[in-house]
Amino acid sequence: MSRRTYHAAAIAAEIAVPLGIVAAWQLWTVHAQDPKFPRLSTILVQFRELWLFSQFGLHVVPSLERIGLGFGIAVVLGVALGIPLGLSRWGRILAMPHIEWWRAMPPPALLPISIVLLHSIGNRQKVSFIAFFCLFPVLLNTIDGVRGIDPTMIETARSYGLRGFARIRRIVLPAALPQIFAGMRTSLSLAVIMMVLTEYFSSTSGVGYVLLISKNTFQLAPMWAAIVLIGVLGYVLNLLLILVERRVLAWHRGWRAAAAQ
Amino acid sequence: MSASGVASARSVSEETRFTAGAIGARVAPLLAALASVAVFLAVWELVSRRGLISEQDLPAMSTTFRELWSMMHTRDFWSAFVETVRGWALGLGIATALAVPIGIVLGSSQFALRAFRVPVEFLRPIPSAALIPLLFLTLGTTLKSEVFLATFGAFWPLLVQTIYGVRDVDPVALDTARSFGVGRFERLYRIKLPSAIPYIATGLRISSAVSLILAFTAELFMGTGGLGQIMNVSESFGLTEQVYALALATGFLGLAIYVAFAAIERRALRWHPSQRLEAS
Repeated sequence: MSRRTYHAAAIAAEIAVPLGIVAAWQLWTVHAQDPKFPRLSTILVQFRELWLFSQFGLHVVPSLERIGLGFGIAVVLGVALGIPLGLSRWGRILAMPHIEWWRAMPPPALLPISIVLLHSIGNRQKVSFIAFFCLFPVLLNTIDGVRGIDPTMIETARSYGLRGFARIRRIVLPAALPQIFAGMRTSLSLAVIMMVLTEYFSSTSGVGYVLLISKNTFQLAPMWAAIVLIGVLGYVLNLLLILVERRVLAWHRGWRAAAAQ
Repeated sequence: MSASGVASARSVSEETRFTAGAIGARVAPLLAALASVAVFLAVWELVSRRGLISEQDLPAMSTTFRELWSMMHTRDFWSAFVETVRGWALGLGIATALAVPIGIVLGSSQFALRAFRVPVEFLRPIPSAALIPLLFLTLGTTLKSEVFLATFGAFWPLLVQTIYGVRDVDPVALDTARSFGVGRFERLYRIKLPSAIPYIATGLRISSAVSLILAFTAELFMGTGGLGQIMNVSESFGLTEQVYALALATGFLGLAIYVAFAAIERRALRWHPSQRLEAS
């Protein structure tokens, strides 16, 4: 097979396989006639009716708000705590037992506690819960990123008289940024999961709530539409973060390419 | 924060190693870490006893540990514990049995990887928690639901890591083997798999945590037997002390799994010095 035909075949497969899977799903659901597995076309019609955009403001916006706030708080705290911990060995010695404990704790085990402790099933509880568990990937990656900085860079900064906050802003933060972004990507996908969990466990609005209500009332098509929506949300949010990362780290990748030559 | 930064952190660690002697340099951090944990536990005790947060909302540390201790003398606790571990192990095991071979196939063939890239990229970010209601209605509150959920969650990190690992194989080693007439299967077994093992170990560490989270989630939300299910019952009866004790038990289980798989990962990395890529 020549290179050209191979290339064409690969592109054809890249398009054909997903289409094939979607077609197989539709055909199977038409054939099965199982009320638990409504036709793909029914799900998509339901998706459009619910989410584009009649229920969007009522349920999707609160969910996005919780993800955004929780994720935002986690990133700010993770970087703010991670930089000093990355720079200080004793800070790490004192903090690591706590970090290791909480990052190993399965989040749903704290869901009932978060409600008792915060006296809330509203945004206070939901945002705190999301923020708490999204903190660890950002925090651990920031610590690692700061620890991995080339000592020459720090020495150079020192000999140029850069100190204190200026050194952190000009040297430490940019050098750790690629790894901070790696942590942010993990955190963001975690935020979507935490959003579903908190809304699934006592709430009055949000996508997770719709999922729960449609399950309890055996409305299968809306339930499937909510599952599809959560999948789309996860995918789109991840994509947006990758776009931001490309923009913010453009200098970095360019620098690496130049250094590699 | 001292202005001396990373360089000082490094030189401090060097200094302590040489001046205070090997034993002192090792013991001091350990003592400090233990003291840090002790302070946390003391603060927890005081916050609750002094009523900063009422004991109804936050049982004191001593109360919680005592509750856990008395639960550990009941049969129900241990049968729930075993059920949670069973769900976790089955989920992780099935996910590994599926993800590693599929990852090797997708990682070995550029064509297969491109063909399945879009479905993988779409399915991977689907939060497995979204599948709970569907599983509730189809498989019901059975072990099958729990294992399916845990498997689904644990599958993706392992798949991605395996693909990365197989693709990262040294092309020179592969070409050398080929020119020595080493067959396709033996190349896979002798070269691709060993070079992918550190990546698979990292995937296993990530997936072992995910599998536990989802096993517990299934129990909490669907009522499949296990620690999550008794936590749900305790919560609905307002038995806050039990809820805290169960969270503690789950935390210890999570920590034990994390420590074990981090150790496996370190071992896998020890004989393979190349840098790894943590995907998720």
